[in-house]
Amino acid sequence: MATTNRPDSPDRETLVQMYEIQSKIKTTDERFRSMLTSGQIQLIYYSPRGQECISAGYAVHLRPDDYVVTIYRGLHDHLAKGVPMRELWAEFLGRSTGTCKGKGGPMHITHPDSGLVVTTGIVGSGIPIANGFGLAAQLSGTDQVTVVNFGDGASNIGAFHEGMNMAAVWKLPVVFVCQNNLYGEHTPMSMSTGVEYISERAAAYGMPGVTVNGNDPVAMWHAAGEAIARARAGEGPTLIEARTYRFYGHLMGDAMEYMPKEERKAAMAADPVPAFRAWLLENGHATEAQLAEIEDKIVAMVDDAVEFAMNSPEPSLDELYTDVYEEITK
Amino acid sequence: MTTTEPRIIPMGLALNEAMDIAMGLDEKVFLLGEDIAEPSGGVYKITKGLSTKYGTHRVRKTPISEAAIIGAAVGAAIAGYKPVAEIMIMDFIAVCLDQITNHAAKIRYMSGGQTTVPMVIRTSAGAGRQFGAQHSEMLEAWAVHTPGLKVVVPSNPADAKGLLISSIFDPDPVLFVEPMLMYWDPQYACDVPVGDNRIPLGKANIVREGKDVTVISYGKQVHDAVKAADILAGEGVSVEVIDLRTLVPLDEATVLASVSKTKRAVVVHEAVTRCGFGAELSSRIHEELFGTLAAPVARVGGQNTPVPYAKNLETAFVPQVADIVAAIKSLNK
Ligand SMILES: Cc1ncc(C[n+]2csc(CCOP(=O)(O)OP(=O)(O)O)c2C)c(N)n1
Ligand SMILES: [Mg+2]
Repeated sequence: MATTNRPDSPDRETLVQMYEIQSKIKTTDERFRSMLTSGQIQLIYYSPRGQECISAGYAVHLRPDDYVVTIYRGLHDHLAKGVPMRELWAEFLGRSTGTCKGKGGPMHITHPDSGLVVTTGIVGSGIPIANGFGLAAQLSGTDQVTVVNFGDGASNIGAFHEGMNMAAVWKLPVVFVCQNNLYGEHTPMSMSTGVEYISERAAAYGMPGVTVNGNDPVAMWHAAGEAIARARAGEGPTLIEARTYRFYGHLMGDAMEYMPKEERKAAMAADPVPAFRAWLLENGHATEAQLAEIEDKIVAMVDDAVEFAMNSPEPSLDELYTDVYEEITK
Repeated sequence: MTTTEPRIIPMGLALNEAMDIAMGLDEKVFLLGEDIAEPSGGVYKITKGLSTKYGTHRVRKTPISEAAIIGAAVGAAIAGYKPVAEIMIMDFIAVCLDQITNHAAKIRYMSGGQTTVPMVIRTSAGAGRQFGAQHSEMLEAWAVHTPGLKVVVPSNPADAKGLLISSIFDPDPVLFVEPMLMYWDPQYACDVPVGDNRIPLGKANIVREGKDVTVISYGKQVHDAVKAADILAGEGVSVEVIDLRTLVPLDEATVLASVSKTKRAVVVHEAVTRCGFGAELSSRIHEELFGTLAAPVARVGGQNTPVPYAKNLETAFVPQVADIVAAIKSLNK
């Protein structure tokens, strides 16, 4: 059982809310993968399956006006921050009704109304941009917090190091969430990274760094809660390294020959979502009927979103030329 | 037994052979890039097997650190090695552009010729797979605009192999742009000679002879140009197709001789039209042949937009055979 029992655990409502987010991510991912496998849809797909608890753990601390920045493997972050299911599906499918009119695609989901402000496909590049959101909040004296998500591999790129240092020096209200799934594309972290824990790097920039079991929703909730509160209070940034595992490799179609079979089997056997569900029931935080109702609602929501997206039109050809500048500019 | 049987292989394999041959010939040649070693052999499998054959000291898997990859290649090249660095997708060169433009390109000049940078940057590029705006661009014009860099864009497996071997042994830094869609697609496979089939940089290939109009292209669009030529042959228009192969050095002599003959030219590439390579080439043709042209040089290129995600928009972004046909017809009015 991955979930910690602590006296200062979140209240029941929060626990169930976290489960609801996780379940939404899991169900959505499962639908994407089954539709891709059956050939109903075709797109480049980076499954977040296995990493659900991380997004759920920070998202329940955020307000709608807080910002989230994420990466191509971002579906879990998008859903956790509240990007609407229909528009999300439509964007993945390249439809005019998508979050970005079908022009950005899955790697660039953007929904400012939910606070999901940037999704980037360039490894590490969201980190400096997150600082900009933090700076804007600091300058305008709001207490908005920015959470920026990235992988273990991203901690080896210059943007990470420059961004971490600047955030510390300027005491920016940014929480750096390194979702350490142990691989960057086909390379295990140990072959690309000089430290055992990414969180060690925080010390080099003068900010707190913690490593947390990203598959333990309560532990993640605590770590994120502290970091977000610190940022909101104007005390500066924190690096959270959330240890997890990607169940389905780098992207859909990955042969995964570089991932030891036993390692993957063990990770999937310890699937954090059903484990959390069982923990909620065992500890009397929720009833079977309550969770089943949530799950049914999510399935219906996904059914509806799939139908909506599949029945939505492609963007009109004029859209090729709009949004390059504010006005069409030769 | 010697054989003259054609050996039809895809571009991905031809590139692998080129690196294999270069590494076998010269122990100063080494490869570096993300995921290029076994078991994956590169995300597009272009370096498959090479780390097993030559060792991981010569086929080096790197962290996700493009600036450090290119910087290390620059330093090692100055120190006498011949690095072949892989930048997985061309859009990512933006992350290491300082190392490319301020260092690889200028070091020979700034040092008065004392230090040189004989390295290759291999990168995959192009739209057509719905990878979105950050994974689909053709940015060769950035490099052409930077004196000191050579720029190669092969259009078929045999050229890819021959040009890559030449690039690796070239004394200058070469940006080697590999059209992603051509790697493993059997429709682009062709007969590739075994062994060291070096093709010199700066020598264009006349793919098809014609007398009414010259279409000049490179990379994947060469195939579209040939398709356009086929269509127009049926309408009595004779189209000459030139594959530039390398943009720097540029085989101006071949281009100008052809356009002198046909008096009409169309330049075709996938990259954004505005300030794309076609702008330069069109300008050079006008400068040299202005009085003799029967029509202004036409350009067919990508739209002046980022590359969109939705399939229909992406298709509308990329120049199509019909666009080339229309451009040629517009010159014959
Ligand atoms: C600058 C840059 N280099 C390389 C890539 C190709 N690439 C995409 S994802 C990825 C792996 C990133 O690993 P990590 O940061 O651990 O995130 P994960 O995919 O594991 O979630 C790589 C190398 C890229 N998108 N951007
Ligand atoms: Mg990772």
